[in-house]
Amino acid sequence: MKLGGRHWRSRLIMGTGGFRSLEELESALVASAAEIVTVALRRVDPTRSAPSPLEVIDRLGLFVLPNTAGCYTAREAVRTAQLAREAFETDWIKLEVIGDDRTLYPDAVELLDAAEQLVADGFVVLPYTNDDPILARRLEAAGCAAVMPLGSPIGAGRGIDNEHHIRLIVEQAEVPVILDAGIGTASDAAQAMELGCDAVLCASAIARADDPARMATAIRLAVEAGYEARRAGRIPRRLHAEASTSPLGLAELGDEAGERGVNVEQA
Amino acid sequence: MTVQINGEGHDLAADTTVADVVRTLVRHSERGVAVALDGDVVPRSEWNTTVLRDGAQVEVLRAVQGG
Repeated sequence: MKLGGRHWRSRLIMGTGGFRSLEELESALVASAAEIVTVALRRVDPTRSAPSPLEVIDRLGLFVLPNTAGCYTAREAVRTAQLAREAFETDWIKLEVIGDDRTLYPDAVELLDAAEQLVADGFVVLPYTNDDPILARRLEAAGCAAVMPLGSPIGAGRGIDNEHHIRLIVEQAEVPVILDAGIGTASDAAQAMELGCDAVLCASAIARADDPARMATAIRLAVEAGYEARRAGRIPRRLHAEASTSPLGLAELGDEAGERGVNVEQA
Repeated sequence: MTVQINGEGHDLAADTTVADVVRTLVRHSERGVAVALDGDVVPRSEWNTTVLRDGAQVEVLRAVQGG
């Protein structure tokens, strides 16, 4: 996959939020084969010595994608992105500007404003967006390196609520489409890829699974399976059956009624 | 002088720099650490030379799990 001017082998991007321990995070990252992983920025609290996920990420040689999680305005998000650029020495930013804490839906107005400012400031902007084809088009026109529509709300685990919207976004996009948020299990990731998404970003479905490493494996395989299925070209959905075995050359082994499957004695 | 660091007031010596504050708060690697002074980013290369003023608002951030 080409994203942000670079080639990536993996089409699964992993979030690091929600893991119960760094050990579980590390085993899941290994199992996922993800190359890009997200992290957040928060205040240093010297009274709590929570270990940094960076040690794990650096040890595995993964690419850090900072996010602006928790920002409600373009101003906050732009500042956070600039701080992240200093902290991680990267121009890449996963842009999140949310509207409220009940839905965690993006605030479209602030999101587009922030995206325009960050592109102008030289960032590779990957915006978490509503599954709105028009907004996706506006973000692409603003110069974003990808569009990342939600399947359903962050952490909801419902999969893709409206596959038609994802289809519309994929159909028009000339930048990669990354399904971000809503994945609950492997089949959701496969569906996203079958709809034509270029990649999937997944955090909660893996982090909060009973066995995160195993779910990371499942979602990795699902992303690959969905990608291959999309490229293979699926058959159309039909109301009626279509025999897979040709009737030509079928042996004549009964009378006419019997051939139609009707009980001869009753007929 | 009094400086707000991550929302809490601290009495600091007059010539305290951003680098001094970071060293006090961050005991492990400084990778993944960023500083804002009165809302603006302080580049890492300027931590040593940026002296805090009375009433300054400093935010010291670091990488956490997220996203």
